[in-house]
Amino acid sequence: MTWVIDNLGLIWSLTLKHLAQCAVPIILGFLLALPVGWVAHRYTRVRGVVLSVVGVLYAIPSFGLFAVLASLFGIEYLSPTNLVVALTIYAVALMTRSVADAFDSVDDDARQAATAIGYSPVRRFFTVELPLAGPVLLAGLRVAAVSTVALATVGILIGVENLGYLFTNGSQRRIIAEVLAGVVAVGLMAWVFDLILVALGRVLLPWNTQAPRAARTRRVATA
Amino acid sequence: MNLFLEAFAWIFSPDRLEGDALSLPANIGLHLWYTLVSVLIAAVIAVPLGWWIGHTGRGRNVAVVISGMARAIPSLGLVILLVMLMGVALKGPAAIVAFVVLAIPSILAGAYSGIDAIDRRTLDAARAVGMNSWQVLLRVEVPLSLPLLIGGLRAAALQVVATVAIAAYVGLGGIGFFILQGIQTRRFDQILGASIVVVVLALAIDAVLALLQRVVTPAGVRIRLTQARAAAVATA
Repeated sequence: MTWVIDNLGLIWSLTLKHLAQCAVPIILGFLLALPVGWVAHRYTRVRGVVLSVVGVLYAIPSFGLFAVLASLFGIEYLSPTNLVVALTIYAVALMTRSVADAFDSVDDDARQAATAIGYSPVRRFFTVELPLAGPVLLAGLRVAAVSTVALATVGILIGVENLGYLFTNGSQRRIIAEVLAGVVAVGLMAWVFDLILVALGRVLLPWNTQAPRAARTRRVATA
Repeated sequence: MNLFLEAFAWIFSPDRLEGDALSLPANIGLHLWYTLVSVLIAAVIAVPLGWWIGHTGRGRNVAVVISGMARAIPSLGLVILLVMLMGVALKGPAAIVAFVVLAIPSILAGAYSGIDAIDRRTLDAARAVGMNSWQVLLRVEVPLSLPLLIGGLRAAALQVVATVAIAAYVGLGGIGFFILQGIQTRRFDQILGASIVVVVLALAIDAVLALLQRVVTPAGVRIRLTQARAAAVATA
């Protein structure tokens, strides 16, 4: 505990770095997964292929990916850009399936009703399908956000500083409190991200009061 | 593309077979061993628990909350922390505990959601023909839930096989050893080569489990799934 109190400044600055490195991949990953997942939902033929390719992305060991990206795209080896690109790839890998499931969960009757009263496909997508897919989209986004915050710590293995620094530094200096502080700080940040997403969900999806349970069972049924 | 060629040259170089414990095959074996043991232990814990949650309908919210918390734990930090707490002599078991924690949420979700997804009428019918609670569980719920359970196992295995690479940081070997060494010496062919080996390993494990998923899907469910898919295509 004394270690934590003595090093609050360090923990806070690492937290801010961690925050910046996670926010971009979560947002970017969602924006990229949206069209890919929609394609998987809309075209049954490519669904299997898209979802398995995306599944394999997740199996690439993270710190191998960070390092390879550096050499492939000529990004500075120790640059956080490396980490951000890799985390975005993982976020897409995590969210694509739930995006596909989310659009699957939209009731076909609603879709057909929209077409029947003359909605164009684009308008139908933005005003009917997207809002109705919202609850399941949010569930997928929450999982991806929490995982991204935890995964980012691996960045320290290629030298990108964030809360993961507390793990390697604590390990080298044999300070258990430091490692534990890192784990707790990451957990807290994941929790805060999750709270923000839930709050956003309340604001953006006011009709989603009873839906989560139903959406979850529907998602399970189509999985 | 050049880097990929160099990576494959690294994988298939005769040097990879040298040095017993340092050889690529030995580390692939070690990597597989950690993955299998961790997923099996996680399954022994999570499957009965998941079936109990699915069967009784109790404790689902607790399971969701605990799974969410487990996802927020950084594996690297947990491995390091457990190795420090349990001592370097027990670093193998310590790492396995961390991987088990990583694998449990997916398997647990697969186990209980498999039972959740069963048509309630099927369960009512099972009770109506006089099955007791155990018979409903073992003869109806478990067989019908197997495809989703194995789906959960697939997700868990993919996560663990990629994360075991981290074990190299605490000196446990496995394929991550080559990645870490490559990062320290800036040998990109080695980093990419070793990463490719992990991905191939993940694909192989996933293929085996996908096959298993197909085999265990009860014939009646398979027909229903095909019909559902056909219906989906028809309305799309």
